[in-house]
Amino acid sequence: MSFFFEVLIGGLLSGVMYSLVALGFVLIYKASGVFNFAQGAMVFFAALTYVGLLELGLPPWASVPATLVVMIALGLVTERVVLRPLVNQPQITLFMATIGLTFLIEGLAQLMWGANVRGLELGLQDEPIQWVTDKTGMSLSKFDLVAAAVAAILVTMLALFFSRTRIGRALRAVADDHQAALAVGIPLQHIWAIVWGVAGAVALVAGLLWGARNGVQFALTFVALKALPVLILGGFDSIPGAIVGGLIIGASEKLAEVYIGPFVGGGIEGWFPYVLALVFLLIRPEGLFGEKIIRRI
Amino acid sequence: MLYREAGQFKTSYQTDTAIFPIRQDQIAIVVVVAVAFVAVPLLATPYIFTGILIPFLILALAALGLNILTGYAGQLSLGTAAFMAVGAFASYNFMLRIPGIPILLAFAGGGVIAALVGVLFGLPSLRIRGFYLAVATLAAQFFILWFLTKVGWVTNYSSSGVITAQQVVILGHAFTTPVSKYLLVLSIVTLMALAAKNMARGNAGRSWMAVRDMDVAAEVIGIRLMRAKLLAFAVSSFYCGVAGALFAYAYLGTVEPEAFSLDLSFRILFMIIIGGMGTVLGAFLGSAFVTLLPVLLSVTVRFLDSTLSLHIAESTISNLELMVFGGLIIFFLIVEPHGLARLWQIGKEKLRLWPFPH
Repeated sequence: MSFFFEVLIGGLLSGVMYSLVALGFVLIYKASGVFNFAQGAMVFFAALTYVGLLELGLPPWASVPATLVVMIALGLVTERVVLRPLVNQPQITLFMATIGLTFLIEGLAQLMWGANVRGLELGLQDEPIQWVTDKTGMSLSKFDLVAAAVAAILVTMLALFFSRTRIGRALRAVADDHQAALAVGIPLQHIWAIVWGVAGAVALVAGLLWGARNGVQFALTFVALKALPVLILGGFDSIPGAIVGGLIIGASEKLAEVYIGPFVGGGIEGWFPYVLALVFLLIRPEGLFGEKIIRRI
Repeated sequence: MLYREAGQFKTSYQTDTAIFPIRQDQIAIVVVVAVAFVAVPLLATPYIFTGILIPFLILALAALGLNILTGYAGQLSLGTAAFMAVGAFASYNFMLRIPGIPILLAFAGGGVIAALVGVLFGLPSLRIRGFYLAVATLAAQFFILWFLTKVGWVTNYSSSGVITAQQVVILGHAFTTPVSKYLLVLSIVTLMALAAKNMARGNAGRSWMAVRDMDVAAEVIGIRLMRAKLLAFAVSSFYCGVAGALFAYAYLGTVEPEAFSLDLSFRILFMIIIGGMGTVLGAFLGSAFVTLLPVLLSVTVRFLDSTLSLHIAESTISNLELMVFGGLIIFFLIVEPHGLARLWQIGKEKLRLWPFPH
C-alpha cells in the first residue's frame, strides 16, 4: 500500500508541474479566446533566457527580473504584431498563428542562446528529504514541495487578480464578449497586452522549475503537449481546473504506468493522459470546470 | 477578356451542378493535367521528382483528406499523420500477408483500415467540439504511433520497428524509376482529387458544410449529424491512409512510425490553412507552398552565405529557417486568412472584368 501512495504522491507532484504550464494556456484562453500553442515555446524561451543571462555573468537576483522583462516584452510584441491584426478572425486562424509563433520563438531562442543542453541550479535539492522517508517510506524532495507551494501561490494570486481587481473584471468581460467589452469602454488591446505579459511571467516560473528538474533543452517545448490533456480535463477557461486537472493527470499517469504499463509493453505515458481526458470529456464535454457550452441558433 | 463565362448558358441541372461548370476551367484543368502527365516527365530531373514533386503530390492528397474533415465538415483534427501511418502500415501488412494481392488493392485496403480507425477516433466528435476535439484527436496521434511501435506484429517483428516497403508492381510493370513513381502518384492523386471535388458538390459535401457552419441548425433542417460527421472522418481518413501508403511506397521506401510524427500533422494543417480551408485547390496550393518553402529558404540562405561569405553556422541557418517559416505563416494568416485559394478567386474576379476596372 505504501508503494501505491508513493506512486500517487509522486504523480500528484508531477501533476503540479503540468498545472504550471497549463495555467499559462488558461490565462490566455480565458481572456482572449486564443488557444496559445506557443506556451510551451515560451516556457523554453524563458528558461533559456534565464540560463543565458546567468552565463553572461548576471547574478540570479538580477536575472529573474531581467528575464521577466524579456518575457513581458515578448508578450507585448506578440499582441502588437500577431494578435492585433487578427482580431475577429476565427479561432482556428488564431490557433494556427500561435503555431507559427511557436516556430518563431523556438528559432529565436536557439539563435540567441545556442542549442546545447544546460543545467539550471535554483539552489533547491531534488533529493528525497531524509526524515520523510524515514517516517513514511515515501520519497519527497524539497524541490517538489517548493514547486507545489509556488503553484499554490500563483493560483491564489491569479484567482484574486481575476476576481478582485479592476483589470481582472475587465479580463472576464473581454473573455465573455469582445464586442460588448469594447462597447462599454474596456481597452481590448491593453487587456490583451496585460494577459500576454502575465502568461509570460507564468511561463518563466514554469520554465525555471522544469528547467531545474530536466535541464534546459529543446525538449522543454514538449511540456506543452503534457499540458494539453490537463487543459481539456479541467476545462480551457478554468484556473482551478488547470490545477485539479494537473493533479488528476499526474497521479493517474504515474499509476497507469506502474500498474498497467507492464502488461502492454510500457511507454503509455505519452497517450494515457489523452485517453483519460477523452473519457472525461465524453461525460462532460466542456471539461470538469469549464464553462457550460450553450448552443443556440 | 479570356476568362468570361458570358454566353455559356446552362440549360439543364446537370450542367449547372457540373464539377467544373465554366468552360475556361474545364480547359484549364485539362491543360494542367496534360502538362503534369506529359510535359513534366519530359523536363524534370530525378531530383525534382523525388525531392519535390512526389512529396508535394502525396502531401497534397493528405491535405485534401484533412481539408474534407476540417475545411468542409469543420472538425479540427491534429491526428492526420497517425491516419497516414495506419494507411502505410496496413498496406504493408496486406502486401506481406496476402500473397499476390494487387498493390493498388493493398493501397485501397490501407485506406479502408485508416477509415475504420478514423471513424473510431471520430466517435467523440459527436459529443465534443472545437479545441476540445482537436486535443482529443491528439489521443489518436499518440496512441496510434505508440501502438505501431509496441506491437511487433504490425512491423513483422522487425527489431528496429522499421519496415521496408515492397516493390510496386502493377500488371508486371515495376515502378522503380522516379518518373514512373511520379506518374503512379499523379494518377492516384488526380483521380482522388476529382472524386473529392465531386463529393463536395453532392449531398455529402453539402451536409458537411451545413454541419461546419452550424451543427445545431443543420440538425434542425434534417441532416443526420452522426452520419455526416462520421462520414467526414471516414472519407478524410481514407484519403490520409492512401496518402500514407503512397508516402511509404513511392516516397520513403523504408518507414518507421516516427516518420508520421505530430510535426507532419501540423505541416498538413498548415497546408490547408495557407492553401485555403474548404477548397480542393487550396490543398494543392498549400502543399506546394509548404513543400517548396524550406527548399527555397535553404537555397536562399546558402546563396547569401556563399556570396557574402558570412560563414554562418549550420545550426544558425536551420534556426533562421525555422523563424522565417513561422514568420511567414503568421504573415500569410494576417494578409490572407482565407488562404491562397482565395487569391485565385480574387484573380478570377479581376480577369472577368479585365481590361476594365469595374
